[in-house]
Amino acid sequence: MQTYDLEANGLRGLNSALQELNGSSNKTAWEIVNPKGSHAIAVGLNSPVDVTVKGSTGYYCAGMNQQATVRVEGSVGPGVAENMMSGTVIVEGDASQYAGATGQGGLLVIKGNASSRCGISMKGIDIVVHGNIGHMCAFMGQAGNLVVLGDAGDALGDSCYEARFFVRGSVKSLGADCIEKEMRPEHIEILKDLLARAGADAKPEEFKRYGSARKLYNFDVDNAQAY
Amino acid sequence: MDSTKIPRTVPIQSATFSNPINAEIRRAAATGIYDIRGGGAKRRVPHFDDLLFLGASVSRYPLEGYREKCETKVTLGTRFAKKPIELDIPITIAGMSFGALSGPAKEALGRGASAAGTSTTTGDGGMTPEERGHSTKLVYQYLPSRYGMNPDDLRKADAIEVVVGQGAKPGGGGMLLGQKISDRVAHMRCLPKGIDQRSACRHPDWTGPDDLEIKILELREITDWQVPIYVKVGGTRPYYDTALAVKAGADVVVLDGMQGGTAATQDVFIEHVGLPTLACIRPAVQALQDLGVHREVQLVVSGGIRTGADVAKAMALGADAVAIGTAALIALGDNDPKWESEYQKLGTTTGAYDDWHEGKDPAGITTQDAELMKRVDPVDAGRRLRNYLKVMTLEAQTIARACGHNHLHNLEPEDLCALTMEAAAMARVPLAGTDWYPGKAGF
Repeated sequence: MQTYDLEANGLRGLNSALQELNGSSNKTAWEIVNPKGSHAIAVGLNSPVDVTVKGSTGYYCAGMNQQATVRVEGSVGPGVAENMMSGTVIVEGDASQYAGATGQGGLLVIKGNASSRCGISMKGIDIVVHGNIGHMCAFMGQAGNLVVLGDAGDALGDSCYEARFFVRGSVKSLGADCIEKEMRPEHIEILKDLLARAGADAKPEEFKRYGSARKLYNFDVDNAQAY
Repeated sequence: MDSTKIPRTVPIQSATFSNPINAEIRRAAATGIYDIRGGGAKRRVPHFDDLLFLGASVSRYPLEGYREKCETKVTLGTRFAKKPIELDIPITIAGMSFGALSGPAKEALGRGASAAGTSTTTGDGGMTPEERGHSTKLVYQYLPSRYGMNPDDLRKADAIEVVVGQGAKPGGGGMLLGQKISDRVAHMRCLPKGIDQRSACRHPDWTGPDDLEIKILELREITDWQVPIYVKVGGTRPYYDTALAVKAGADVVVLDGMQGGTAATQDVFIEHVGLPTLACIRPAVQALQDLGVHREVQLVVSGGIRTGADVAKAMALGADAVAIGTAALIALGDNDPKWESEYQKLGTTTGAYDDWHEGKDPAGITTQDAELMKRVDPVDAGRRLRNYLKVMTLEAQTIARACGHNHLHNLEPEDLCALTMEAAAMARVPLAGTDWYPGKAGF
């Protein structure tokens, strides 16, 4: 286990050290102490390293992650796992706004609540939120899965494309072109896998599925009131 | 009285309800949708043509053309980046997406720019191997849509341009209509083939200049602080946008005036939102000077740049370099008269074709149609672009020498006068034959 004191040694040294790992290093487990809300912690990683952040972070923790597993033992600021490509990011606490924004792949697990715009413009990432999510989540969501064990706020999935949304609790409102959809066997299987990987104690059958009605995929002036 | 002998009035068409306006009213009434098109503003606005250079005579000493050297090199990104971009000429290729443009067109841009010693820029949709492979210096745009965005490409770039706005549509997003969404374009953007692909008007994960500062930090941390970070803004509030981009940590500010082009957006947006390029430069330079970073944070100006005179005028007003988009496409062969019969079949004519979103471009440049894009020979089109860039540079050098300068960067506002009151006010250079411009203190 490598321990890095962020307060004492600085952000650049941390990210340089983590980014230089190429998969052949035996330094596969890292612990970051004294994060104290710093921004851009563990961004741009590209090897199967395990990183544990002992405390809360600021903006863009684990941004553009590839392959790595990043665990935050605290809460995260805006933009955690922004544009993640692969790997896993686990937040033990809460997440601020736009968690997993534009994520292209990988798994983001938030064990607390997520704020507004979680999964905004998601492009293939899987996000599992154990608690509740705020308003405008998955706006323009293109691909991937957003799983919410709690409740969802206003305008879920507004103007979404092919992303799927599974919510166990209530949904305050659905956004433009987002509808409730049939939960078919293949969706149960997808959900079962995601819940298991996220360590979530819930049954797939307890969820409702939402997604695009696909009525706004091509511009039609008769839909102008929806824009 | 013989009615045939009564003089008749000449029919006068309304300047307000002109034929083009009336045609648009009829089109809107028939279709129920606003006009979408590509390109930039077509209306006449104060432009570089409204300025003239004051060549040297007695009070200034000219340099000999073809004999005395006039440098053209420019370095962008000297503020924080470990590897600033060094260009042979201060003319770069503006961001244009693969998707909006065909693959051969993008390759030709790379070939031509590289041969001229300058950079190209990606666009909405990500980086293609052809583009990276043929561009010696490539700027990677980080756009609100984040289509095709990934850290591997980010690290392949020579600079990163965070696009906040665009001159043709400041505050607006884009729409790549379904007919241009080929399998490859759809795959790159993580969206189904054939559907309209909307590009957001704002970045999804930041909400203002303070967030932008932290976003730039993240990009620098991912790229080891190696490459310059540009911030591109549409010309609307150039003083404040430039100042805030500097505050956020930009190495380079790219300022795009309203004559700047776009792949496709509403005509009403293109023609009625934003400031003329000419009006953007001095406030942006003022912001840099007020912050003490003029020349430390470089300013790239774009939007309707066409000639070496435009280049020289933009630089005289304080820009470090310019970027061209529409002009580069014309150099490649867009709107070429040799396709006139095909333009007419599309209901338009050479020089006016702007329905780039339809994907039917006879020149094969703004299309994803496999047959049409064969009309672009990347080698030949690249050669034409290289020639054009060389000509623009030679023109700008000629003017600079005549004004007594041995580097394009030494051009200054004192070298200019204005032909109109409007241009004098916007460029803050004297009206021709006077030492006065509107707003100048003491008058």
